[in-house]
Parts: sequence; C-alpha cells; structure tokens
Amino acid sequence: MNLESRIPSGPIAEKWSRAKFEMKLVNPANKRKYKVIVLGSGLAGGAAAATLAELGYDVACFCFQDSPRRAHSIAAQGGINAAKNYQNDGDSIYRLFYDTVKGGDFRAREGNVHRLAEVSVDIIDQCVQMGVPFAREYGGTLANRSFGGAQVSRTFYARGQTGQQLLLGVYAGMSRQIQAGKIKMFPRTEMLDLVLVDGRAVGVVVRDLVTGKIESHSAHAVVMATGGYGNVFYLSTNAKGSNVTATFRAYKKGAGFANPCYTQIHPTCIPVSGDYQSKLTLMSESLRNDGRVWVPKRKDDVGKDPSSIPEADRDYYLERKYPSFGNLCPRDIASRAAKEQCDDGRGVGPGGRGVYLDFRDAIKRMGAAVIAEKYGNLFEMYERITGEDPYKVPMRIYPAVHYTMGGLWVDYQLMSNLAGLFVLGEANFSDHGANRLGASALMQGLADGYFIIPYTIGNYLAGIAPGSLVATDHPAFKAAEAETKGRLDRMMGIKGTRSVDSFHRELGNILWEYCGMARTADGLKKALTLIPELRERFWKEVTVLGDRDSFNQSLEKAGRVADFLEFGELLCLDALEREESCGGHFRSEHQTPDGEAKRDDERFCHAAVWEHKGDGQKPVRNVEPLAFENVKLATRSYK
Amino acid sequence: MATLNLTLHVWRQKDKNSPGKLVKYQVKDVNEHASFLEMLDVLNEQLIAKGEEPVAFDHDCREGICGTCSLFINGRAHGGHRATTTCQLHMRHFKNGDEIWIEPWRAAAFPIVKDLVVDRSAFDKITAAGGYVTANCGSAPDANAIPVPKEQADRAMDAAACIGCGACVAACPNGSAMLYVAAKLAHMHNLPQGQAERLKRTEAMVSAMDAAGFGNCTNHYECEAACPKEIKRDVMSLMYRDVGKAALARRVDKSRGDGAI
Repeated sequence: MNLESRIPSGPIAEKWSRAKFEMKLVNPANKRKYKVIVLGSGLAGGAAAATLAELGYDVACFCFQDSPRRAHSIAAQGGINAAKNYQNDGDSIYRLFYDTVKGGDFRAREGNVHRLAEVSVDIIDQCVQMGVPFAREYGGTLANRSFGGAQVSRTFYARGQTGQQLLLGVYAGMSRQIQAGKIKMFPRTEMLDLVLVDGRAVGVVVRDLVTGKIESHSAHAVVMATGGYGNVFYLSTNAKGSNVTATFRAYKKGAGFANPCYTQIHPTCIPVSGDYQSKLTLMSESLRNDGRVWVPKRKDDVGKDPSSIPEADRDYYLERKYPSFGNLCPRDIASRAAKEQCDDGRGVGPGGRGVYLDFRDAIKRMGAAVIAEKYGNLFEMYERITGEDPYKVPMRIYPAVHYTMGGLWVDYQLMSNLAGLFVLGEANFSDHGANRLGASALMQGLADGYFIIPYTIGNYLAGIAPGSLVATDHPAFKAAEAETKGRLDRMMGIKGTRSVDSFHRELGNILWEYCGMARTADGLKKALTLIPELRERFWKEVTVLGDRDSFNQSLEKAGRVADFLEFGELLCLDALEREESCGGHFRSEHQTPDGEAKRDDERFCHAAVWEHKGDGQKPVRNVEPLAFENVKLATRSYK
Repeated sequence: MATLNLTLHVWRQKDKNSPGKLVKYQVKDVNEHASFLEMLDVLNEQLIAKGEEPVAFDHDCREGICGTCSLFINGRAHGGHRATTTCQLHMRHFKNGDEIWIEPWRAAAFPIVKDLVVDRSAFDKITAAGGYVTANCGSAPDANAIPVPKEQADRAMDAAACIGCGACVAACPNGSAMLYVAAKLAHMHNLPQGQAERLKRTEAMVSAMDAAGFGNCTNHYECEAACPKEIKRDVMSLMYRDVGKAALARRVDKSRGDGAI
C-alpha cells in the first residue's frame, strides 16, 4: 500500500503556501467538463460541493437525509476554533497548531495540523459572509469563549447551536448552486459501493431510498465526506442514521482505513436509563465550569437521596485526583475516572452507571438566576429528558461515544491511496491524532471543504483528460450494481426471526464492554471471537420485512449494521495491536502507576493503516511513521 | 419505574399513490422515560416479532435539532408541548391506558412518502430560490470588519434557530409556510450581509413558496404555537414590509426602463 504523505518540504509555516503554488490548475473554461461526486452534505461535504460548484465544476451531491440541511454536523453545540486572536490574549496560528498536536497526544501529522490552523482564520470570515449569526459583543465585534485543552479564548459560537448555524451557512451556499444548476442534489440517496476502473475512483452505486432503485453515477473524482463511525457502539451521541457504510465500502475496494481504534468518549452525557434507549444525549462540556462531579464515598449510600449525603461522605474524585485541573480536566481523563468510580460500585442511578454533576454550590455562590442565564437551556433539556430538575437535584451524567478520530487514510492533498478518491471531515483520519479537542471538529470539516479540496482536487483533475466519463454500462459499474443488488436480496431473503436493531444493540454491547473506555488484550481477543459469531447469526437469523424496491427503513438499517458487524472487528483488531495508551485509546496494560495513559513512542509513533485482503482474510497493518519536528514529544499531565 | 400500555391509532399508507388509513395497535410495557420515538421503536419491534412490516417514520438526531422528526400527535404538531420536538417528547406525559392518534404532517405541499413520512423538499426549493448571500468562498472581508450590534445579531439568531421541521405548515389550517419563509428572511435581513439582495431575495422566496403549493396566511398563528424553536410571528411583519417595498421598487424601476429591482 502506497502511504506517501506528500507533505511539502520546507519550514512548517510555508508548507501550505508552497503546496498551493506547486499545484496544477484547471483552466476555468475546462472546469465544467469535470464531474465530481460528493458524498455527504455536512460541513465538509456541503462546503466542498458548494465551493467546487462556485469554481465551475459539475457537482453531484448525495445524502441519505431528506434534505442536505439535516446532516449530523447540525447537532454540534459548543463552537468552532480559529486563531484570530481577537481577544489579544496571545493566540496565534502556531499556538493553535501546538495545542492541537499536543491535544491529539502526538498521533497526528504536523503538516496537516499547521495547515488547519492557518485556514481557521479564513473560515470565520467565510461563515460571517454567508450570514452565520455568531455571538457578538455590544460593540458589534465577535465574541469568544474558551474550551477544553486551551488557555486562550478562540472559540466562536452561536448559542449552543453552532453546528446548526454553520451548516445552514453551508446549505445556503449549496442552495445557490443547486438553483444555478451547478449542483445536482440527490437527497434520500445512499451510496452502497465505490467503483474503480484501472485503480481510479470513477463513480458510485447508490440506492434511491424512496423508490429502492439501484443506480450508477460516473465522475472524474469522488469526494467522500460521510462522517464518523461512532454508531458501531449502537448507543452514541450520533444521529441514528450515521454509519460507516461509505468508508467501509471504500476500504473493501482497497482504501486504507487508519487508526479505527481512536474513538472519543465524551464525559458529560445523560446516562442510559433502560434497554429501550436508542441514543444518548450530550450535555455541553461547559457545564463542568461550575458543576462539581462526585459520587458517594461509601457504597451503601448509593441508593440514597443525594441531598441527604453529607459533605464528608462525598467523593469529589476529579478534584481529589487532579487538583490543578479539577472538574475541567480533558475529556478522555474525565471519562475514565467516571468509569473507575462506577466499576468500584459507587455509581449512581439505574444500573449504577452514573455520577453526579452538582450545581448546589454554584447556585449557593452565584444564585439560581446567574446559573439560569449561563446554562438555562441545558438545564431545560436535561429536565425534558430525565424529568428531574437540576436546580434541585444534581444531574446524573455518564460518558458516551461521541466522535471518531480514525477514518480513511489520506495524504496531504486529502486523497486516499486510491487515485481520485478524496476523503474529508470526520470520515478521514488526518488532523486530530488520538484525541480531538473541543470545537475542532467543525473547524476541520469546513477547512477541508472550503479551503483545501478546492485546490487539491484541481491538482488531480489537471492530470486527467476533461470531458469523457467512464460510461455507467462499463463492466465495473455493472459488476458493482449486481453485487449490491445481490447483497440486498440476500438480506431480504434470510427471513429469520430477529430484528436488525437487536443485532445492532448486541454488537454495541460487545464493543462497549471490551473496546470502550478501557481496553485489555484479553477483552479485545474475546470481542474478536464474539463479533464474528454475532455476524454469522445475523446472516442466518435477521428478518427484513417489506421489499427491496420501495421505501424500506429496515433494509437501510440492515445494510448499515451488516457493515458495522465487519467494521467492529477491524476496530478491535486495531485496538489489540496498538499496544500503548494514547488519547482516546486506553489499554489498561499500559498506564503509569497512578493510572494515566502511557504512550510508547518507540514502537507506536505512527498511523496504523489497514488494508483489506479479501473476506475471511486477516487485513494487513501498514504503517505511516510520524515525525515531530516542531512540537516535541512529551507526556501530557493535568495533575 | 412505571411502564405504560397504550392503544395507538397509526396512519399507514403504502406509498404516495395508495390510500391510507388509521390502524389500531396495542403497545405494551413502554418505559415512562422513553421518548415518543422510542415508544414507536418498541411498537416496531413488536410488529417485527409478529412478522408485520414496521411503521415508517422520519427521525435522525433525536435531540431536537436536525428537524427530521415530525408527527401529528393527538391533533397537535409534535404533540403540542412547548418548545418540544417529537423526539424530545417523553412518555411520562402520557398515562397508562391512553389512546394516542399518530398522523403524518398533512399539507398539500408535503406529499406522503410512506406511513408517517412526508416529502418536505418544497422547503429546499424555497431556500434555493434566494435563501443565501451571493458571494463565492474566498471573497469575504475580515469577520470583524463590519460590526453587527449585539441586539441585531441576537434577533438574527432567534430567527435562524428554525430547524425546518414543517410543524408550522402542518399546524396551519391553510398549510401555509409563511413562518418558515419569514424566519429565513428575518435571519438574513437582520444582518448587514443580507442587505444587498434583500428585496430580490424576499420576492424570489415568496414566489417560490406560492409555486410550491403552500397556502396563504389568514392570521390564525397556529404556526407560532406549534414551532418547537419558539419563532415568533413578528418575523412575518418584516417580510410583509419587504414584499411591499419590492413591488414598489419594481414599479419605479420599470418606469425608468432598466428593469432592475
């Protein structure tokens, strides 16, 4: 597998300028003769579709949602980072670069991260231009707040709905190009296979989710921006439809899948309350600014009314363990600490899987009105879901799967190892290393879509002849269509007794148990026997009602779960072979005496890139070494 | 933890062209903390176990922001609780033994796809007609170059909170999309970036709304009551004023013979 990163030479701050200058350009009159397929309409895909259309390319964009405006980027709450230094507090492109490399626990490429920090400033300008109503100061300038892992205020936000507002900006840009006929939009359409001819990505096979029709689409390049794979755990903060199918289909066609074991578990989510539960809801990290996290010291106090537990019998374990960062320690550390308390039998709420996030002291100190002004909408959301009033009863929270740093391997140009297949946003592996900092996902999605792909795709397209497309009756398309139909028919034909959801839930339980917040070799090996067994049962016992040639949500889910059942195994395999702890990947065998993550830079300072070798064959683990020339390798400490 | 046994009357319809009807189902052992959609998940599991095709309904984020879920519940869009989408409506608001009627959005401009799923692409067409600023990526000035007073930015944000779910249309006796369109316009027109195309945008979006088959407003304001994001009807005053201005501008310009707005 060719894993040449194509990072330009020269000083870190000049790499992107140099790359832009050295890239080939496509003549403006020729751009319309190139067709580009964009899969996904979130921040990365939507921004790419709009911007490529503005440049003059002929774009076709696909999303499974009923409108591009509903992509899951919409659910991001907190904000978007940018090195504007509007607060005059010492921020700079270099500092954002530094924080991101360190926050990712030294498992990202320096070159990519620096570029991300560079274009971050342009993103904010672009969003304001598109009408994003960011929060403002009374003087009319933009407001900022601080976020985890940073000591400066560089986060721009639109109330608790930043992702929604950024996506509406992107959707507006797309809408303009749809009206102009430069983007042909295919909503309620799901990509089910990638088509290659002579090693180049030349198109996709899709299913129209309303009519059930299987169709091929041909293009000069394919841009995949289909998000992360957090739903492999069944319960996560992702939308129900979020899935791994597009990236996994590409993997099976030869694209390298990098670092699947890097998953982010967010510490402040509303706990699971029963086995009917279909998803988990995030409560913004900002709550930890004023809320204090605790569990009862004694196990017998666990079922008691929290207000009856005296101060001396409460264990404010984050303040105890991390006196200098306290309740504001990073996400991965706070999550593991909560698990530790619950494993010790001191968790609260149903099933003992929860810890208190208590605002009693903050309300006493500042008054309920101040707390309401800061967190009112979050308190309301919590009460709506749990039926408990957090002004009176402490919130109960527990960690949940939130984001996935792993994804398809891409080079500096955001192209996968398959020529013509570009991968953007959460779907790629590039910028966050082993742990993503808060407010950096939105930044990366828009950087990729607005400011990187418009340059790099031209560099690729300039090398292929404009005009003639591979015809969709080419044998490669016909074979992919036949395979797709065969697979759907096979699922419809099982006619077993169990629902798709029941398998998905069971897979999620296995992953959460053995490949969740803390992982061991024994547990991972166990998962690696359980998952193939479950997959075998799926293909014998699942039932998919309805028919293939019409709107069928069970069939949609079945295809996604079938892919998760294969992908889950890859995730566990990657976790097993990365014998170190870093960021979101914690191997219990590799920790410091006081329980912190212990990296092994000697053996694992690299990206692990998995290569599919055929069904039933063990995939091959390739390696892209990482070099740290600007930010020195160091151990993170939050004591 | 209390569980509920419920009688549901659910709209079932094979596809756009087939007739539909309400079908009665019993659903058992629903946890009071489950969301309304999770209650439907339980129903669907029970149907699948009996070999019956599950009920199709739209949903995605299940946290009230994507705007995908819909449902007319006991005659109210999203069930009629303040600032609550169907996915955030929890079963503790119902009692054991309750009967619940569940229907899709009903509006001429939202044809039914299947069961409770409707086609809301008419909203996308309205946005495509003018819901944007005509400026290419890369051409923006510095984000702080144009100050925007906080009150104005907040008003823009209030209107921009719309999730495009269509509850306003479903609640309106005329199936009107006025609140949706006016919210988009109020978002853009409270910001300096929206001014250059203000009148053109207003006319284009209002025309697209009419062309898509939405009804007119006759001041019932059911839309405001149903909006899960609490968008206020005053956004419509702004729109009416701009519609008038646009018509006037066009007349004046025609007399000058340059045809521009």
